[in-house]
Amino acid sequence: MAETTEFELVSPERLLLSRPVTMVIMPGSEGYFGAQPGHAPFIATLRPGVIDVYEGDRIADRIFVAGGVAEVTEARCTVLAEDAVAVADLDRAKVEQQVRDLTEDVGDAKEEADRRVAEAKLAVARAKLEALTGEAAA
Amino acid sequence: MPSLKDLRNRITSVKATQKITSAMKLVAASKLRRAQEQAEAGRPYAERMARMLSSLAQGVEGGGPRLMAGTGKDDVHLLLVVTSDRGLCGAFNASIVREARRQIQRLLSEGKTVKLLTVGRKGRDLLRRDYSALMVQSWEDVGRRRLAFSEAQTVAERILDLFEAGEFDVASIVYNRFRSAIAQIVTVQQVIPFSIPESSQQAADADELKALYEFEPNEEEILADLLPRNLSIQVYRSLLESAASEQGARMTAMDNATRNAGDMIGRLTLTYNRTRQANITKELIEIISGAEAV
Repeated sequence: MAETTEFELVSPERLLLSRPVTMVIMPGSEGYFGAQPGHAPFIATLRPGVIDVYEGDRIADRIFVAGGVAEVTEARCTVLAEDAVAVADLDRAKVEQQVRDLTEDVGDAKEEADRRVAEAKLAVARAKLEALTGEAAA
Repeated sequence: MPSLKDLRNRITSVKATQKITSAMKLVAASKLRRAQEQAEAGRPYAERMARMLSSLAQGVEGGGPRLMAGTGKDDVHLLLVVTSDRGLCGAFNASIVREARRQIQRLLSEGKTVKLLTVGRKGRDLLRRDYSALMVQSWEDVGRRRLAFSEAQTVAERILDLFEAGEFDVASIVYNRFRSAIAQIVTVQQVIPFSIPESSQQAADADELKALYEFEPNEEEILADLLPRNLSIQVYRSLLESAASEQGARMTAMDNATRNAGDMIGRLTLTYNRTRQANITKELIEIISGAEAV
């Protein structure tokens, strides 16, 4: 077994995941980054996207997060996320519907604030869809 | 002197009440256990958030974003009063409302402006009587089945919107902190501007925060991202604490009520038996004196 880092995925409601892994790839707000054992201490914000959890050479878990914060230290990697779902649990038809509805909402929004909210939601839904299509292609 | 029939009716009705209160006590006990578990489950997130915030705050100069530094004024105070939707939980709501009133009076007498947000039907009803002009918004049926984080987020987002719009300078949450089923502590916690608690900072210092973090994109932006999240967490935690406290208070109140009903049944049964005995004796005397007269 290769060296491992302690990976924790925490939502406000519960501790979703806590176990040693070999590598984690996260969607940072300025591009994807990976965390392996011995990584320099690092804090980054996440954008909506997929976290890939590696055990050995294969991906053990693919988890969608709607944004959050990651804290990486030499021995640990902690992700704080409000909304996290396993990619396998996403429903493609539903997500596509969501994207359509939200696109309409963005078009319909009259006030600046309303449109910003709708756009943020749309970005999350698009990222979900991307996660799914990426999954299908792979 | 009540008749035997009246007494019998009283006893039956008190017994029925006792059944209800003891059932409510059991329900409250199981809800309390669930609420405690939920509060327990939320703790890791809050702890890690606090750790990250304290490591970030150390690096930021000039007070940081407005959520931390404040608006520089102290004129308009926003109070979020967390109460329950239902009654029959002892002094739970009364003590929260009393504290809220005290705060409002103090702030008003200092010449500040006060705005009110309430969670829970009871708080809204009790405060509306005197301070309806100060009410901004109130929520009901929060956490009716199981408190979801999204509900806390709705409240937090509203607070943030108000803050962005410059509607207030300082925000505090008034809620019942859960200590035990018997003791709930009324707590006033300031959330905006947010200050990092001393204890966690010291613990963090001692811990691994000597490690110098790298930040992406940079400290200010991460802090600006973390602080609104942190507000949601603070609201979520206070709602959880309040939910646990409510069930605890209800459990204690219903336990007392059940015991009182028991005492009452005892007293009523005694009176009932005495009255019955007196009636029998009276009838016997009547029969005997009737026989003697013959």
